[in-house]
Amino acid sequence: MLDKAPLGVSTIRLTVNGEAVTVSADPFASLANTLRDELGLTGTKIGCDAGDCGACTIRVDGEQACACLVSTGQAEGADIETVEGPGPDGLTEKLRKAFLAHGAAQCGICTPGMLMAATDHLARNPATSRAEIEDALGGVLCRCTGYLKIVDAILDVAGGSVLETPRAEGGNAVGARIARVDGWPKVAGTDLFGADDAPADALWMRVVRSPHARATFTLGDLDAVVAATPGLETILTHKDVPGENSFGIFPHTRDQPVFAEGHARFRGEAIVALVGTKEAVYGLSDTDLPIAWTVEPPVTGVGEARIDGAHVVHSGKPDNVLASGRVKCGDVEGARPTAAVIAEGRFETGFVEHAYIEPEAGFAVPVGDRMEITCCTQAPYMDIDETARVLGVEKSQVRIRPSACGGGFGGKLDVSVQPLLAVAARVMGKPVRIVYTRTESMSSSPKRHPAQVWARSSADGEGRLVSFELDGDFNTGAYASWGPTVAGRVPVHGMGPYKVPNVLTEARAIYTNETPAGAFRGFGIPQAAIAHETLLDDLAEKLKMDRWQIRRINALGNGDTTPSGQTLHASAGLPECLDALKPDWEAALQRVAEFNARSDGRKRRGVGIGCMWYGCGNTSVANPSTMRITLKQDGTLTFFNGAVDIGQGSTTVLLQMAADGLGLAPDQFDMVIGDTDLTFDAGKTSASRQTYVSGNASRLAGEDLRAKILKLANAGEDARLSLDGGTLTIADGQASRTIDLATLEADGEGIVLDGIGTWDPPATALDENGQGSPYGTYGFAAQTAEVEVDMRLGTVKVIDIVAAHDVGRAINPTLTEGQIHGGIAQGLGLALMEEYLPGRTENLHDYLIPTVGDIPPIKTYLIEDAEPTGPYGAKGVGEPALIATPPAILGAIRHATGVTVRQVPVLPHRLWESLNGESGS
Amino acid sequence: MAAYFRPTTLEEALAVRAAQPVTVLAGGTDVYPIRANKVGWGDMHRDDVLDISAIAELKEIEQTADRLRFGALTTWSQMRRADLPEAFAGYQAASRDVGGVQVQNRGTLVGNICTASPAGDGIPCLLSLDAEIELASARGRRTVPIQDFITGYRQTVCGHDELVTAILIPRPPAGAVGDFLKLGARRYLVISIAMVAAVIAADDTGVIHHASVAVGACSEVAKRLHDLEAALLGQPLASAPDLIEHAHFAALKPIGDLRASGHYRDSAARDLVRDLFVRLSAEPKRRAA
Ligand SMILES: Cc1cc2nc3c(=O)[nH]c(=O)nc-3n(C[C@@H](O)[C@@H](O)[C@H](O)COP(=O)(O)OP(=O)(O)OC[C@H]3O[C@@H](n4cnc5c(N)ncnc54)[C@H](O)[C@@H]3O)c2cc1C
Ligand code: FES
Ligand code: FES
Repeated sequence: MLDKAPLGVSTIRLTVNGEAVTVSADPFASLANTLRDELGLTGTKIGCDAGDCGACTIRVDGEQACACLVSTGQAEGADIETVEGPGPDGLTEKLRKAFLAHGAAQCGICTPGMLMAATDHLARNPATSRAEIEDALGGVLCRCTGYLKIVDAILDVAGGSVLETPRAEGGNAVGARIARVDGWPKVAGTDLFGADDAPADALWMRVVRSPHARATFTLGDLDAVVAATPGLETILTHKDVPGENSFGIFPHTRDQPVFAEGHARFRGEAIVALVGTKEAVYGLSDTDLPIAWTVEPPVTGVGEARIDGAHVVHSGKPDNVLASGRVKCGDVEGARPTAAVIAEGRFETGFVEHAYIEPEAGFAVPVGDRMEITCCTQAPYMDIDETARVLGVEKSQVRIRPSACGGGFGGKLDVSVQPLLAVAARVMGKPVRIVYTRTESMSSSPKRHPAQVWARSSADGEGRLVSFELDGDFNTGAYASWGPTVAGRVPVHGMGPYKVPNVLTEARAIYTNETPAGAFRGFGIPQAAIAHETLLDDLAEKLKMDRWQIRRINALGNGDTTPSGQTLHASAGLPECLDALKPDWEAALQRVAEFNARSDGRKRRGVGIGCMWYGCGNTSVANPSTMRITLKQDGTLTFFNGAVDIGQGSTTVLLQMAADGLGLAPDQFDMVIGDTDLTFDAGKTSASRQTYVSGNASRLAGEDLRAKILKLANAGEDARLSLDGGTLTIADGQASRTIDLATLEADGEGIVLDGIGTWDPPATALDENGQGSPYGTYGFAAQTAEVEVDMRLGTVKVIDIVAAHDVGRAINPTLTEGQIHGGIAQGLGLALMEEYLPGRTENLHDYLIPTVGDIPPIKTYLIEDAEPTGPYGAKGVGEPALIATPPAILGAIRHATGVTVRQVPVLPHRLWESLNGESGS
Repeated sequence: MAAYFRPTTLEEALAVRAAQPVTVLAGGTDVYPIRANKVGWGDMHRDDVLDISAIAELKEIEQTADRLRFGALTTWSQMRRADLPEAFAGYQAASRDVGGVQVQNRGTLVGNICTASPAGDGIPCLLSLDAEIELASARGRRTVPIQDFITGYRQTVCGHDELVTAILIPRPPAGAVGDFLKLGARRYLVISIAMVAAVIAADDTGVIHHASVAVGACSEVAKRLHDLEAALLGQPLASAPDLIEHAHFAALKPIGDLRASGHYRDSAARDLVRDLFVRLSAEPKRRAA
C-alpha cells in the first residue's frame, strides 16, 4: 500500500486490541493522534509528542513503542495494543488492580504508559526483578509517585500475589489504606484529562507566542490571512478581549495580558491566536503571519534587574521589585557578636519546571449568556474570577468544570487556557478547544523562582542558634503570578524549623524578562532551605558537633515560639521526626565510614540531613472551604466536593473524613467533584491546605448530616448508622430505629437531608516585622540522604533516603507515603539535574527530571503528632515532602567530598569544577 | 498536506528519492521529535515523506566469513539481541542505553548516523568497529568509511537522491573485545555528555595487537584517538589504563553547552577511556557474545 504518491488522507487497516479497524487519516499523523482522534482511544496520552515521556506507550506487534513516534502509515497491518485492551492473558487487567492497591497511580496521566510498558515487560519476562523492571520502565516518566510504588505493584503481579485493598466501614475510614476512590478510571485509561474530551463541533485554537524575551511588535492585515486560509475562522488579538485584557493572582497584581499589546515581555508570551479547523490552525506557520518584530535587549536575572538604570519591566515598579517581605525579631546585630561561631554563604538556584506530564488543555462552550470551561486546573474558583473579568461578565456567568488533572504541583494554579478559550468561544459563539504542546507548556507556564540568597547564621558554644539573617532575591520573571506569596513565605520560614531568638529575614520578588515564576511546591522555601541547612552544617562543623545533634537541639517543638511570634501549642513534631530517624542516621554514618575506608578514592559516600517546616494554608488570609453531603429519598448519598484532586488524593482523603464524620462507609457515597455550579468553594489545591482546611469542612459536613439524622431518630452520639437503599437504620445500643427516607419531605431534587461544613484556618495578619500567626499549623520533616559520588566524574547517585514526616494524622497512609515519595523525587531533581533555561531546555529531552532509575529506596516514618485544629489531627504533607530533600543531598555530597555546593542543580560538571577548584560555570 | 510514500522495494524508494525532496522516515525517533520542536514554535512546514520501513530487503542482518552486514532498518533492540562476536559488546551495550525500550524497539542504527548528532551513541561504536556505510541511489551503490560519512554537525555525505542501505563491518580480529561507556546526568533517557567506545584485541600472552578507541560528544563529530591506539599496540593489555596521556586526546575539541562545560568533557573523556580500559583489561573474555 501507499507505494504511490497519495496526497492527504489514506485508508489504513490495522488491528487494535484484537479488533480489525480501518481509519482514514494523514499517514504521517502520529499513531497517538490517530488512536485518540480517529478511534476515540484517549487512554493513550500525549505528554510531549517527542518520545521523551512515554505516556503514549503502546505495543506494536508485541513490542512497546511510543505512539507519538510511530506514523499512522506504519501501523498498516500492525497489531496494536493499547491500555484499553486486556493485555496478553489479561496481564494489563492484573496490573491495573495492583496499581490501584499500591497507590501506584496518583494523577494517572503516566499510568497508561506505565501499564503498557509493564505489560510488555511481564509478557516477555514473567520472572523478573526490580532492576529489570526499571530497565523496562526507563522510558516512561512519572512526576507524581517517585516510581517506587509502581515498581512494587509490578513485582506483585510478577510474584502472583496481589495486595488486597481494605474496605473501610463507617467510622473507621480515617487511617485506612483504601484505594483511591477515583483510581479505577485512571488505571483503566478512561479518566478524561484536559485533552481527552471536547464537543464534536469544537473549533481548535492555537496560540502564537513571542519567540523573543523582549520585543515590540506590530500586526499587519490579519483579516487577509483569514480570508486566504481555508478553515481558519479568525485570528484573535487583544482587541477581541471583551473585558479586561489582564489576569493575575492578587487584585493589585493582575499584570499579565491575555494577548500582548504591542510589547512582549518574555519568550512564550501570547501574541495572537488562530481559531479554526485543526488542519487550518496547525497548517499555518507563525512566520506566515504579518507580525513585525523589533527585538530589544532583555533583562535577564535579578542582578541585571536591580542595577541602576535597568530597563523597567513594568512601569509601576521602577526598581523592578514586585514585592518584598520580612521577619524581624530580637536584635541580630547585638546578639551575633556574642555567638561562638558564625557561618555565612551565598546560594543560587535556577528556574525549575513543574513538568507535570499533562500539558494544559481544555475546551470552552458558550451556553446562553454563560461560559462553561472544562480544563485541567488547581483552582476552579480563581479561574472563575479571572475568566469573568476577561469576559467582562459577572462571576455567576462562568462555570468551571475541572477535568482530571495530570499533575499540577502549583503550575496549574494560574490560569493558562481558561481566558484564551473564553475569549475564543465568546467571539466565535461556538465551542473551542485547545491543547498546549509540551514546548508551549514549558515556555509559557510559571516556574519555580530562581533565587540568589545570602544568609548568615550564628550559634553559641553548645550549638544553640543565636541569630539568623537571610536576604533573598527571587526572580519572578515577566509577570507577578505568585511572586508576592514567595516574598511573603520565605522570610517566615527562611531560618528553618528552629528556635532562633534573633532573626532578620528579607525576600524580594524581582521582575525580569524571563518566564514568569509562580507557585511550585514550597513557594520559595525549598530555595531558602538549602541556605539554612547548609549553614547549620557549617556551624556543626565549626563546633565539631554531629549534624543530627545540632538540629535536635534547635528543633522547634510543642510550646516553642517561632520567630514570627507564634507559639506552637501542639503538633510541632520535628523533635519526634529527628528521634525517629536517629538510628538510621547513625547506621548510615557507620556504613559510609566503612565504605570510604575500603574505597580506593574513586567513589566516596556521604550522608546528609535536612529539616523543614511549612505553614499549611494561605499566609495570613482567610481561605475557607465549604463541603456538602446530601441524602435523597431513594437513599442516594452524595458528597459535593469542590476541591480538585491533582493526583495528591484529596478526593479520597476528604471522602474518608466526610464518611467518618457521618458514620457511613466511603463506598456508600456518590461524588460530585469540583464543578463550580454544583459544589461550594473549597479554595485552591495549593499550600498543602486541602487535607487540613477542606478536610475539616468535610468532617463538619459529615457531622452536620449525622447530627440531623440523630436528632430525627432521637438517638445518642454513639449510634451506628447503616444505609440500605432508601432505608436508614440508626442503632443506638439495643434500640434500633429505621427511617424510610421516601417518607421524609424532599426538596425539588429529592434531597431529604443535607450536611454542610465550612472551615477557615485560624491565622492572623503579619505586621511590618513579620510578627503574627500566619498559619493555623505547620508540617515538619527531617530527612537523611546517602549518596555515592564519583570523585573523578563528579556524578552523584542517591542510594538511600529516610524521611520522617510529622503529618498530624495520616488519613490514608498509602497516599501519604505516595506524596512523600513524589516530593522526594522532585527534591532530588531540583538538587541534581533540573534547570529550566528559556530557549534551551523547553522540552523533556533537554530538561531532565528523575527517571525510575534515579530514585533510591525510601524509608518513611509517619509521625502522628495530632494537630488539634486539624481534622482527626491531620495537616498537610504535599509540599513538605520536597523541601528537606535537596539540603539532605547537598549535605551528603559535602560529607562524601568535603566540597560545599552552593548552587543547584549539582550537574556533574559543576561538582567536578568544585572538586578541582575550578571556578563554576 | 504533504505526500507520504511507503514503497516496499528499494528500487521504488530510490525513484521517489530521485524525484523530489523528501524526509526519509525509518523508526521516526528523530524525525518526530524534530517536528515537535518546530511545531512548538509555530513552524508547520514539512516536506513529503518517504517511509522506508516497509522495505523488506533493508531488514536483514547477514554474517559472512569476512564481514557483517546490518540492513538499514536494523533497530537498537535487534542489535542488542543479536548473536554477535565479542567485538560488538560495546555497540550492544550502547543499544541498551539509547533512550528507553520504546526508542530501542523502533529507532534504527542507520537513522542514528544519518541524524549525525554529536551525541549519537552509535557513532563512536561504529568508528571503533571500522564500519563502512553503504549508500544507494538510482545511479548505483557506493560505500563510505564511517569517518568520512559524517562531515560535520548533523551533516553527512548522503546525497539528496541517496539512501543508506546498510552498515558493513569487517569481521573483527581474533580475540577482539568491545566495550562502551556513556556519561549522563540521569539513569535512563539521557543524552550523553560524553561517551567512549573501544575494541581491543590481545594475543594469548596479553599483548595488544589491535586497538581502536573513539570518543563522542567531545567534538562536532565523534573521533578516533589514533595516537592512543598507536601507543597501545605491542603493550600488555593490563597496562592499557596507564598508557593514557593527555596528548592522545588532542583530536577532541570539546565545547560547553547546557549539559556540561568543555573543560569537564575534556577531563571526563580521559576518565571514561581509562575506566573502559580497566574493564577490558580486567575481564577480557567475560561476556557472552
Ligand atoms: C526519547 C529519546 C531518547 C533518545 N536517546 C538517545 C540516546 O541516548 N543516544 C542516541 O544516540 N540517540 C538517542 N535518541 C535518538 C535515536 O533514537 C535516533 O538517533 C535513532 O537511532 C534514529 O533512528 P530512526 O530510525 O528512529 O530515525 P528516523 O527518525 O526515522 O530518521 C532519522 C534521520 O535519519 C534519516 N534516515 C533514516 N534512515 C535513513 C536511510 N536509510 N537513508 C538515509 N537517511 C535516513 C532521516 O531522514 C532522518 O533525518 C533518542 C531519541 C528519543 C526520542
Ligand atoms: S507523548 Fe509520546 S513519549 Fe511523550
Ligand atoms: S501519576 Fe505518574 S505522572 Fe502523575
